[in-house]
Amino acid sequence: MWQWFHKLGSPKWFFGIAGRLMPWLGWLALVVLSVGVVWGLLFAPADYQQGDSYRIIFIHVPAAYLGQSLYVAMAVAGLVGLVWRMKMADTFIASATTVGAGMTFLALLTGAVWGKPTWGTWWIWDARLTSMLLLLFLYLGVMALRGAMEDPDIRARASAILVIVGVVNIPIIKYSVEWWNTLHQPATIKVTEAPSMPVSMWAPLLICLLGFHLLVAWLILWRMRNDILLRERRARWVREWVLAQ
Amino acid sequence: MQFDSFQALISMGGHGFYVWVSYGAFILVILALILATVIQRRQVISHHRRLMRSEAHRQGSGGKKHDASGS
Repeated sequence: MWQWFHKLGSPKWFFGIAGRLMPWLGWLALVVLSVGVVWGLLFAPADYQQGDSYRIIFIHVPAAYLGQSLYVAMAVAGLVGLVWRMKMADTFIASATTVGAGMTFLALLTGAVWGKPTWGTWWIWDARLTSMLLLLFLYLGVMALRGAMEDPDIRARASAILVIVGVVNIPIIKYSVEWWNTLHQPATIKVTEAPSMPVSMWAPLLICLLGFHLLVAWLILWRMRNDILLRERRARWVREWVLAQ
Repeated sequence: MQFDSFQALISMGGHGFYVWVSYGAFILVILALILATVIQRRQVISHHRRLMRSEAHRQGSGGKKHDASGS
């Protein structure tokens, strides 16, 4: 365990492993997402209340799920970075922020587009939607903060603290549909209960969820490799790698 | 297959606009993230090349000066 932890902290080791994993993740993401999207768009049955507009769920739910789980992962990395001074933790935060912001933006946009035919409005300032918008601003805040700071150590600590403080928003998003009156429906699929939709609907949703995870992992590993190259610019192996490109 | 014709697939029972905008946004966000990462990678590599070139240049001219003073 500790040896693994130690290895994970080594940029050179991580760079190599990430490079070997990336093609697998990328192609798998493409295949799984294609299957999920085609299934969801063409073969899943229409909803008896919402008709075909519910097909947005196959994009909306995975994007919202990843927007939130990436933020939690960044907070864990922030804690690891502050406690153990692990440089790779900051590399993860730097790389996951952009991807998380993209997922949160996609969740908000598809939510608005889904809200129009279902609720009759693009936007409403209720708890779920507002807390999700706050999540997007947190991501953008981390990006702006990092862009404004030159010193890498101060930048790492400042963004770790911001990410950790902002994680309080995540349970608010999750429980907003239970604590407050909101237009947004509660979760359709829970780990602890049987899904409230037929298998012909939740099977493509699970496939899309898996595909989104693969895609996000691929993108983050790629960005982390870029970050490592910049951070370890004095290392000999980095220079040899650049020369070989 | 839930749709009898291509026309039915596009219109999605009148909800076509909302569904296709959502899936279009999905494609665009993925492409934007990939493009941003490709640009990031290019910037890192060109940064390294510049750094190495300027170092080689400094070492090269420093070596010549040393030669000149030695002879």
